[in-house]
Amino acid sequence: MSSNSESQKSTGLHIGVAAPGVKKVDPILVIDSVKKSFGGLTAVDVEHLEIPRGAITALIGPNGAGKTTLFNLLTGFDNPDTGAWSFEGKQLAGISSFKVAKMGQVRTFQLTKALSLLTVLENMKLGAKNQTGEKLLNSLFPFLWRKQDNELEVKAMELLRRFKLDAKKDDFAASLSGGQRKLLEMARALMTDPVLVMLDEPMAGVNPALTQSLLEHVLNLKKEGMTVLFVEHDMHMVRHIADWVIVMAEGKVVAEGAPDTVMKEQAVIDAYLGAHQDTDLGVVTGRIKVISEEGK
Amino acid sequence: MDWGSILNNTLAGLLTPTILAFALATLGLAMHFGFAGLLNFGIAGFMAVGAYGYAISVLTFGLPWWAGMIMGVAASVVFALIMGIPTLRLRGDYLAIVTIAAAEILRLLFLTTAFEPVTGSADGLFGYNNSGGFAEANPFPVGDYGWGPWTYNEQTLWMLVFGLIVLAVATLLLWALMRSPWGRVVKGIREDEDAVRALGKNVFAYKMQALIIGGVFGALGGIVLATSTNVSPGVYVTSLTFFLWTALLLGGAATIFGPVLGSIIFWVLQAFLTNILPALAESGILPVSGIQAATLRYVLVGIGLMLIVIYRPQGIFGDKREMTFVK
Ligand SMILES: Nc1ncnc2c1ncn2[C@@H]1O[C@H](COP(=O)(O)OP(=O)(O)OP(=O)(O)O)[C@@H](O)[C@H]1O
Ligand SMILES: [Mg+2]
Repeated sequence: MSSNSESQKSTGLHIGVAAPGVKKVDPILVIDSVKKSFGGLTAVDVEHLEIPRGAITALIGPNGAGKTTLFNLLTGFDNPDTGAWSFEGKQLAGISSFKVAKMGQVRTFQLTKALSLLTVLENMKLGAKNQTGEKLLNSLFPFLWRKQDNELEVKAMELLRRFKLDAKKDDFAASLSGGQRKLLEMARALMTDPVLVMLDEPMAGVNPALTQSLLEHVLNLKKEGMTVLFVEHDMHMVRHIADWVIVMAEGKVVAEGAPDTVMKEQAVIDAYLGAHQDTDLGVVTGRIKVISEEGK
Repeated sequence: MDWGSILNNTLAGLLTPTILAFALATLGLAMHFGFAGLLNFGIAGFMAVGAYGYAISVLTFGLPWWAGMIMGVAASVVFALIMGIPTLRLRGDYLAIVTIAAAEILRLLFLTTAFEPVTGSADGLFGYNNSGGFAEANPFPVGDYGWGPWTYNEQTLWMLVFGLIVLAVATLLLWALMRSPWGRVVKGIREDEDAVRALGKNVFAYKMQALIIGGVFGALGGIVLATSTNVSPGVYVTSLTFFLWTALLLGGAATIFGPVLGSIIFWVLQAFLTNILPALAESGILPVSGIQAATLRYVLVGIGLMLIVIYRPQGIFGDKREMTFVK
C-alpha cells in the first residue's frame, strides 16, 4: 500500500534548495509579502510562497499558526493588510471570493458549512458551476435547464457514492453527523470541477476506514490534473499523500520541502511531536531566541 | 348574541380584496424571509410604495390605471435597490433595521403636509380608480353575483377577480422560481451565504434579486388594496408588517401556499374576533367593555404569534422534518 502510494508521489517540484519561499518549477499560486494582523497579533506574515501545480501540498503548523487565516486571504474571504498573490498568473488581491471560486480556486471550511435545510443532493447540485437555470429569467423555463440538471444529478450521485453518502441523498444536510458533513462539503467542492482545491482539515472527525478511501480519492484528484492544498494535523495523512509540505508557525512559513525530509527537521518534530520540549518552536521564527539567550 | 351575523361576517371575510392584498404581501415576505433568509420588517413600506405609486401616477401625472400600476411596481424596485445596495453586503440583522426604519420614513413622508398636493397627507388619496379608468375597465355587467355571505356587486367582483389573477400569477411565479436551480441558490444563501460564495455564486446579486421580487409582490399587494379602498397612510403602519409576519409564520415561511392560506386564516380569525369579542362583552360573558374587547384581539394575536413560533416554527404547512432542525 505505502510503496504503491510512494510511487505516486510527484517529485522535482522545486528549483534549488528546499527552504521557505523556494521557487517552484510550475507554480499555480504565487504569494508575495501577504500580511494580516488582528489588532496587535500578526496572524499571517508570508514573504514569498509558491504552490506547485498538479501536486498535493500539505500546509501544517500548530494551532493558531495562521493556516486558516491564510486560506481566508487567498480565497477572498478576508482582506490582507498588504500583499499580492496570483492564481495561474492572474492577480487575485482585492478580487471577491465568489469570483475566485469561479476561476477554479475552491475551498472548504474548517468549521463545516453544510447547507442544513437543503437535502444532501441539493447541496451537491448547488456546487456545480455555469448552471443555465441559476439565471433568474432562465429559471422560469425548465426546458432550458432540465437536461443539465439531470446530468448534474448523475455526477452528484457518482461523487456521493464515492463518499459513502448516496443513501442519504434525500435527507436534510442538518441530519448528517459531523464527519458526514465534512465529507459532503468536500464532495460539494468537487462538484465545481476546481483547478485548485483547498481543503481545511478535511479528515478531522472522519473515521479511519473512510479516511483510507478518501486519501485514495485525493490521490485520484491529482491524477485527474487537479492541484490540492490541504491543512491537516494528521501526520499520517500528510506523510501518505503529500508531495510537498509547508510548515507555518506564528504566521510565518518556517520550513518547506518533501514530506520525508521536512518531517525530520527539528522544528517540525518539536511542533508536532513535542519530543524535544527544550527547543521551543519560537526559535524557528527567531522570536524566542532572544529570550532564551537572556535566560542563560 | 346574533350568531347568524357573526358567522355571516366571518365567512364573508374569507374572500375580500383586502385578504388578497395581504396574501400578496405575505407571499413577498415568504420570498424574502422564508426562502432567501432576508429579514424584511418593512413590507408595509413596499405596499405603500405600490399603492402610492399607482395613485400618484394616475392623479398627479394623469397616467391610465395600468400604467400607474406599472409605475407602482417600478417604484418598489427602486425602493428595494435603495435599501439593498448598502445593507445586503452586511449581516442579516442590518437589513431588518434599515427596512423597518425606511418603511417608517416613507410613511411619515406620505403623512407630512409638506407634500399634501401630491400625497394627500393624512387624508390619503382617492378617486384614482375612476379617473385612471380601473373602474371603467370592469368587464362585468351591473348586477349581483355569488350567493350567501359571498354576494358581490359587479365592482367588488371586478376587484376580487383582478386581485385573484395577480395573486395566482405571483404564486405561480414563486413556485416556478423556487423549484429551479435559481431557487436552490437562494435557499443555499439562507442557510449559509459564505458556503454559497465559496462555490462561486454572486451572493449579493441573488439577494438583491430576491429582495426585488419579494418587494414587487408587496407592492402588488398595495396596489390590489388600493383598488378597493382609499390609499391612506394610516394603513401602512408597522403593526401591519407584524400582522403579515404572523400570517407568514402561521402558514409556513418556506412554503408556497402557506403564506396565502396563512393570510386567509389570520384575517378570517381577525374578522371573527372583531365580531365575537364585543358581542361576548355585551352579553356579559367577557368582563370587559366593548372597546376593550375590540383591542383584546390584538393581545390574542400576539399570544398566537408566540405560540406558533414556539410550538410550530415551520408553520401549518411547513415540512415536518424541518421542525427538528429549526435553529
Ligand atoms: N477574526 C479574527 N479576529 C482576531 N484574531 C483572529 C481572527 N482569526 C484568527 N485570529 C487569530 O489569528 C491566529 C491564527 O488563526 P488561524 O485560525 O489562522 O490558525 P490555524 O493555523 O488555522 O489554527 P488551527 O490549526 O487551530 O485551525 C490565531 O492566533 C487567532 O487567534
Ligand atoms: Mg485552522
